[in-house]
Amino acid sequence: MKILVPIKRVVDYNVRVRVKSDGSGVETEGVKMSINPFDEIALEEALRIRERGEAEEVIVASIGGTDVQQQLRTGLAMGADRAIHVETETAPQPLTVARILLKLIERESPGIVFLGKQAIDDDCNQTAQMLAALWDRPQATFASRVELADGKATVAREVDAGLETIEIELPAVMSSDLRLNEPRFVKLPDIMKAKRKPLDVIAIADLGVEQGAGFEMLAFEPPPKRGGGKVVGSVAELVDELKNRGLL
Amino acid sequence: MSAVNSLDFFDIDSLLDDEERMIRDSVGRFVDDRALPLIAECFDQGRFPAELIPEIAELGLLGSSLEGYGCAGLNAVSYGLICQELERGDSGLRSFVSVQSSLCMYPIHAFGSEAQRERWLPAMARGEVIGCFGLTEPHGGSDPANMKTHARRDGDDWILNGAKMWITNGTIADIAIVWARTDDGIQGFIVEKDFPGYEARDVHHKMSLRASITSELYFDNVRVPEANRLPGVSGLKGPLSCLSQARFGICWGPLGAAVACLKEVLDYTADRVLFKRPLSANQAVQVRLADMARRLASGQLLALQLGRLKDSGRIKPAQISMAKWNNVRLALDIARDCRDLLGGSGITLEYVAIRHMLNLESVITYEGTETIHQLVVGRELTGHNAF
Ligand SMILES: Cc1cc2nc3c(=O)[nH]c(=O)nc-3n(C[C@H](O)[C@H](O)[C@H](O)COP(=O)(O)OP(=O)(O)OC[C@H]3O[C@@H](n4cnc5c(N)ncnc54)[C@H](O)[C@@H]3O)c2cc1C
Repeated sequence: MKILVPIKRVVDYNVRVRVKSDGSGVETEGVKMSINPFDEIALEEALRIRERGEAEEVIVASIGGTDVQQQLRTGLAMGADRAIHVETETAPQPLTVARILLKLIERESPGIVFLGKQAIDDDCNQTAQMLAALWDRPQATFASRVELADGKATVAREVDAGLETIEIELPAVMSSDLRLNEPRFVKLPDIMKAKRKPLDVIAIADLGVEQGAGFEMLAFEPPPKRGGGKVVGSVAELVDELKNRGLL
Repeated sequence: MSAVNSLDFFDIDSLLDDEERMIRDSVGRFVDDRALPLIAECFDQGRFPAELIPEIAELGLLGSSLEGYGCAGLNAVSYGLICQELERGDSGLRSFVSVQSSLCMYPIHAFGSEAQRERWLPAMARGEVIGCFGLTEPHGGSDPANMKTHARRDGDDWILNGAKMWITNGTIADIAIVWARTDDGIQGFIVEKDFPGYEARDVHHKMSLRASITSELYFDNVRVPEANRLPGVSGLKGPLSCLSQARFGICWGPLGAAVACLKEVLDYTADRVLFKRPLSANQAVQVRLADMARRLASGQLLALQLGRLKDSGRIKPAQISMAKWNNVRLALDIARDCRDLLGGSGITLEYVAIRHMLNLESVITYEGTETIHQLVVGRELTGHNAF
């Protein structure tokens, strides 16, 4: 079985995000970029499945400009077997991403497509669900535990009320939640080995995916500055203060 | 137009290749996730975080620039970046890796017999065997030619006598690379911790490099088999070539400490409001911040060029001396100024500045004091040896 793990290049989670001075987007120039943390968790899970002998190959894929190859190389250094770069200069929205991934599925026939539940830049949380619908296969989103047996997956999902466990038939789409695992550190010798692993580049035009803009970004602005805090002298004062503000 | 990165003013990042960047980020993440949460406590308790050794080894940080024997075979710039990231955590962590890699594994790799390499290097890369490096003696580290520790032949063995001082990793080391005077000049010996007559004791009451072990070593008629002598070198160039490797890393490490201090103080002066404006809105503060950024940027450019020279085989010891002097000095000055800008908060371990500032007092002393490096540069310029 193959596992396909789509990964997105995003501003590193440790970076203080800044809006560009003209309000046209978030500053990414000269800013540290990383694999979206949820995608990294998905990749870690895929690698563990392969290391348990329940999959043969882990493929990482990313859509974007040449820059995304940095994140693909990191994915290869973590342990993925090969990488696919779908090249495009425009940042695709979730529906387009799902359509592109469907084309990759047709080429690769993976048993699992393991995504992050959302990207920490636009927080859409849509791609996995859209992909499952387009592919017409089951989905297990917000996974916090995954077990495979007999062509089926038992997945514990993080839902508002707690954990929900479902069983789905493979092939299927999964998306990772934060507590699924803790991704490994990339080992330095593996970084050198990753240089020699295959990385295929496909022009988006060659996939025949229609790329209509689903929605348009109008403006970006930084969140309002936090107002001054207040130090209270006692628990009683704190309770009063919370009551006054209608918080209790 | 986008802003420049305050901590990488001249975009050194763009001069690194993808592997170098990945190496830096991987080590950086280890430091953020594993070291930073516990390092201030370790410093406070005067404890080296030995529990990090297995992960440091697994990442491939031990002997990372050596070829073969389970080592990663990385280039010099990568080794520099490793040192920079480790020291962004703490100079003690970087010292541990410097000593293991440059001062212990390097001489075994460069001057050891094949049997010695096979016996020690893979286990040292795995972090199962820890090394220490004994050159400095109590009566004066800057003048290693005046070495008192000596070894004399006795049949197939050597009998070692003397003492070494200020030895990093001493009491946790399984082996010590000890330099001693012999009838054939200075030679290196691999002393194993259970050899009778060998003893290591910790130096206490240190106010610097507290998250690192510093020891004294004693040799009282220690019998060392000939098989434990490093056959490939004799004379002072043996230990000095090890120091060149380690000093190269020390040209990078303090940049990490400086980055940690400056980053913290940029945030602190932006958030702290005095006289109805952020501290950072004052000219006097901005001049200090700008000056720190200037020094840091110049040190980063210097370190990278030093690395490229090393990778192309053109590096000269005087260049390492100037870079060690320059980069440790700038980091120490930045750490001290950051300590001051933090006000009272700056004297506690809640903030990183005082820890780095105190650590850098060791870094400016060990591996050749600042003065000694100035004199090396002076000798290069004038042809006169003044030390
Ligand atoms: C935390 C720590 C860890 C260390 N780890 C190791 C280790 O693992 N292995 C090891 O072998 N050593 C180690 N050292 C020793 C270190 O390398 C020495 O401390 C250093 O070389 C200086 O030697 P010294 O302390 O004897 O000072 P000295 O050589 O006595 O110097 C005292 C002062 O005199 C100055 N000076 C010396 N000569 C001259 C001159 N000709 N002209 C002008 N000024 C001069 C020096 O710059 C210095 O300011 C460590 C030291 C420290 C503090």
